[in-house]
Amino acid sequence: MAISKRKKAQYRRIAVYVLSVVALLAVALVVDWGRLQSAMFQWDIVIEQFPGILTNAAKNTIIFTIFGFAGGLSFGLLFALMRLSTIRPYRWFAATYIEIFRGIPLLVTLLILGFGIPIATGWHWPNPYVQGAVPLALVASAYMAETIRAGIEAVPKGQMEAARSLGMSYSRAMITIIIPQALRIIVPPLTNEFVLLIKDTSLISVLGVTEGTRDLARFGRDGVNHTANATPLIVAGLVYLAMTIPLTQLVAWMERRAKAASR
Amino acid sequence: MNTDVVVNITNLNKSFGDNHVLRGIDLQVNRGEVVCIIGPSGSGKSTLLRCVNMLETPTAGTVVVLGRELTDIDCDLDEARAHIGMVFQQFNLFPHMTALENVCVAQRKVLKRSADEAAKIAHGLLARVGLVEKDNAYPAQLSGGQQQRVAIARSLAMNPDVILFDEATSALDPELVGEVLQVMQSLAQDGMTMLVVTHEMGFAKGVADRVVFMDGGVIVEQGPPSQVISSPVEERTRAFLSSVLNH
Repeated sequence: MAISKRKKAQYRRIAVYVLSVVALLAVALVVDWGRLQSAMFQWDIVIEQFPGILTNAAKNTIIFTIFGFAGGLSFGLLFALMRLSTIRPYRWFAATYIEIFRGIPLLVTLLILGFGIPIATGWHWPNPYVQGAVPLALVASAYMAETIRAGIEAVPKGQMEAARSLGMSYSRAMITIIIPQALRIIVPPLTNEFVLLIKDTSLISVLGVTEGTRDLARFGRDGVNHTANATPLIVAGLVYLAMTIPLTQLVAWMERRAKAASR
Repeated sequence: MNTDVVVNITNLNKSFGDNHVLRGIDLQVNRGEVVCIIGPSGSGKSTLLRCVNMLETPTAGTVVVLGRELTDIDCDLDEARAHIGMVFQQFNLFPHMTALENVCVAQRKVLKRSADEAAKIAHGLLARVGLVEKDNAYPAQLSGGQQQRVAIARSLAMNPDVILFDEATSALDPELVGEVLQVMQSLAQDGMTMLVVTHEMGFAKGVADRVVFMDGGVIVEQGPPSQVISSPVEERTRAFLSSVLNH
């Protein structure tokens, strides 16, 4: 007798579970756990990382991220509005800016702005925080400009028409009616940008930071040099996750809530 | 009825690219008058209405509302629009604001009324359009008919000299049309000047002082509803009316 389709699907599902468990067991048996732990997760080294990894490194990562995000959001909004302007030179400028800063890797931008500008102009960055945060914000603003523009364009055209026909000026309508709605739409992608920024701060250390301005990734690398062991990097990775997972969960929660509300 | 001209349109033309939508429209609306514009879809009636508050910029011709020539480049459109109400087919309520806030926001930002004054006026207007205890409801929590009535209250809050209705009941479920028409009728009875693009022949017949039939971007025929709807002179008007009334 032939097996029914639904029965087949059921068998297939069971097979996937069984195979997964077998694969996990195989990995568990093959791996030399003792060696792995001594190379990557020694408790005394883990403990050594604290509190410096939080009070120094994580703090710096957060400072860079917040400045990068705040700067990126303000300039991103400005460029988004310029992209949507009826005045062509504004559109051209914003489009060019966005293309350039989205197209060049952050690492290269950091090096050009961080080292190239002082060499070319004789002007020096006032402090390492500014030197790192400004290029980060400039690149972030290019990405966020596109996100914000998409958000503004997602607000139905009738909203602007209704606001204008009530006598509001274009900018008044933007501020009171359009942007609040656009921001609601783009909170999930903006939070994603925030998570990306947290990780991108790890590139700032190429500018040769001092002990006081080290970010998490640099702290981990210095720890590796110090201990000849990979544990500090693992701890640094876990601290990144401790920052990013709550954020991505928050986004998931917001999206679920928005979905429920729109039903 | 006093006969100040509220809206005065002269030789209005509007093209979208090669598409010549309005071909020389002349139309006057007097204070307190209710003018219904009827006609087949694509006849230009919505475009005409949208030219009255310059949501569309005319290609040629003049639009004068309350003595302000809106088609003049020196005219302050924001100031002029504050006196011209508009009610849209899709309501266009602000979804991030409650019903009360929808009615308050332009009072606050444009007319610079105080929060208390605006809220008091808004509350009264929501009651006037038959929405009691809905002050704190968001648009998504309201039916289409209720949303459209909030939109009417939002227009009224500006004390407009004329209100433009752009197919205000076309997006509504049939059973919700009546409540909106009723509000519009009561506005007409209170002497509001209204320019109404509509497919509701019953409303045009019962409420309009004058009916304007448009087709192909021109006004084909206009006059009191008893004439235009009940015994039209033009063949095109007759053809349109028979297709609308016999289905």
